[in-house]
Amino acid sequence: MSSSTSPAAVTSGGSAGRTAGQSDLIGARLPKWALPVAAAGAVAVALGLKLLFDWSGWYTAFFTAAAAFVVILTSWSFSVEGRRRAKDRFASTLVYACFVAAIVPLALILGYIAVKGIGVFSADFFLRSMNGVTSRDEGGGLYHALIGTLEIVGIAAVIALPIGIFTAIYLVEYGRGHFARAVTFFVDVMTGVPSIVAGLFVYTFLLLGFGMRPFGAAGAIALAILMVPVSVRASEEMLKLVPRDLREASYALGVPKWRTIVKVVLPTAMSGLITSALLAIARVAGETAPLILLVGYTASINFDPFSGDQATLPMLVWDQLGKRSGTASTALTEGRAWGAALALVLLVLILNVGARLLARLARPKTR
Amino acid sequence: MAHATDNDPPMTDDQFEVAALGVPGALPGGPNHPDAADTVDAPGSLTPDGRPEEGITGRSVRLGDKVFKGIAAGSGGLLLVVMAAIAVFLIWKAIPAFTNNTGNLLTTQTWNPQGDPPVFGMAAVFFGTVVAAFLAMIIGVPVAIGVALFISHYASRRAATALGATVDLLAAVPSLVFGMWGLYFLIPQTQGFQKWLSDYFGWLPIFDNATATTVGQYGKSLLIAGMVLAIMIIPIVSAVSREVFLQVPQETVDAAWALGATKWEMIRSAVLPFGRAGMISAAMLGLGRALGETIAVALVLNSGFRINWHLTEPGGDTFASTIALKFGEAGGSPTAIAALIAAGLFLFVITLIVNSMARIVIARRKEFTA
Repeated sequence: MSSSTSPAAVTSGGSAGRTAGQSDLIGARLPKWALPVAAAGAVAVALGLKLLFDWSGWYTAFFTAAAAFVVILTSWSFSVEGRRRAKDRFASTLVYACFVAAIVPLALILGYIAVKGIGVFSADFFLRSMNGVTSRDEGGGLYHALIGTLEIVGIAAVIALPIGIFTAIYLVEYGRGHFARAVTFFVDVMTGVPSIVAGLFVYTFLLLGFGMRPFGAAGAIALAILMVPVSVRASEEMLKLVPRDLREASYALGVPKWRTIVKVVLPTAMSGLITSALLAIARVAGETAPLILLVGYTASINFDPFSGDQATLPMLVWDQLGKRSGTASTALTEGRAWGAALALVLLVLILNVGARLLARLARPKTR
Repeated sequence: MAHATDNDPPMTDDQFEVAALGVPGALPGGPNHPDAADTVDAPGSLTPDGRPEEGITGRSVRLGDKVFKGIAAGSGGLLLVVMAAIAVFLIWKAIPAFTNNTGNLLTTQTWNPQGDPPVFGMAAVFFGTVVAAFLAMIIGVPVAIGVALFISHYASRRAATALGATVDLLAAVPSLVFGMWGLYFLIPQTQGFQKWLSDYFGWLPIFDNATATTVGQYGKSLLIAGMVLAIMIIPIVSAVSREVFLQVPQETVDAAWALGATKWEMIRSAVLPFGRAGMISAAMLGLGRALGETIAVALVLNSGFRINWHLTEPGGDTFASTIALKFGEAGGSPTAIAALIAAGLFLFVITLIVNSMARIVIARRKEFTA
């Protein structure tokens, strides 16, 4: 662990004798087998306590073992290696524990949703809507929701990406002075606007202000508000990667600035811009909150995003869990909810992985 | 400095991925900091506003240039207009909530805006929002910083790149999924834990559950909401902290090694002081997320609308979850809608303050490191 990677090896403590073969300059160290032995000891302690006190679950035993491991290793290290190395071992163990504590739930989430969702996946599930399917019926699918999600996210992208990319162009190519600073600041602040607030804004503006009924494109506007700051930030980084020499070469040939941007800067950064666009789309595709306010939900297929309620994948989940109507969910509806959620996660992950692969492929070009 | 050069692909990749997460300010040398030291020694990177007033660009008189610059600046201006419009519309449409309310907007705990007369207030909602976000912070931020330290200083370089990408990927998982997992997996699995807390630490009011007698009655509590939020903010907080930890100057690290420091002493004396401002801003970005999270909280909590310090007892509300859950039944009643819009306005103001403070901390860090 950490002690073997530390280049410097100076300890003052260490009452135990130095083992043969070690330099006099290096203080006493725990042997390599110390870790497995401490771990085995901790497990033994936990199992012993579990049998002794007849603990029912495994959780208590697991956390006892973890705590016992920390105590055994630290005190052993303290007696052999001294205070400083004991502290180091304690801290390293905590850092490793943090990592495990973070990765385990995140892995559990993805694993749990995959296991729960894959059960309802079938060709029918992707090709049918929920029209006429009640909570006691089997069957039904997410076709209507997939259509809605793709249309709404597509419209949001059409609105947000040009604004985002032009803002990024402004900040990178033109931006200076107070206005640019204000734009940068508010892009940053806008990143933190909660999605439900963006939804409420569009609700007050469009639905209350103009007296409209919920429709798909209203949700798209809210998603666009959430998408713009992400798009600006990512595009900005891509544009900054374009070498300055390219621009200067173009200026030297007498090309106007705007043509330089259109013909030199944008094509050079194109793959990066596509990547940032995909990531921005992936960020909003799973948003639920604005859709509750703005798009509503319908069990039937609605291809028109400009009139009438539309179904979306997140809202399908929300509906199937019984949250929209306030009714209780059944095993059937929960199964469909997990299926729709898995489809949503897959959509987002495909967009993300695709974007990152594209970024990797494109990288040599920017160098 | 060891970053932002074009011939350092892993670093560029990390920066890119954090930028792609929409995490501003994690990146060194933004366009508003033309004279940051890190851009000076990077010949490939470009700082247009750091350019001296030279003749190459000049004052353009071409129509195309004017139009193009107009469009670009207009897009930026549109963002400012949208931000202003959000504030104006929320305030305007929330006015009925201030005038028609017979309760005190700040101190009333009930939520009955459809009633006659309407009585509602933000006290319980504010309490729930702050407590859930606070729990998320004290659970999530230390773990996230541990993860960031692990990836930046403990894992091997190859593993670190892969792990970093995985953590970033997890930041993109929709919050709905976290909420469902919390509802169907975490709550059943932690009922025993909550009972244990209440049984053995019940002398602390926050862990005491006076209403439940069996394990099955534990569950949808603010404590669990805080845990779900903590899991949700870990990827984002660790991504930003990791970015800062990777920027620690190698000389400082080497100096700590040369003095015979152990790894932990090196981290305490070199990495953490350098990353302090970055960690604060990462935590505040996480706080902004936790405050504004809607669906995950709405799934794991049932409304109670009262200030309840017994955090293991079921029930609790946040601004965002209240808007999502009460919207359906508010239809038709202008006061009820206005009450929800007022809740949104409160949330908007709170997140605005938190995010602005995060920005200012980041800006100050840039000044120090420049």
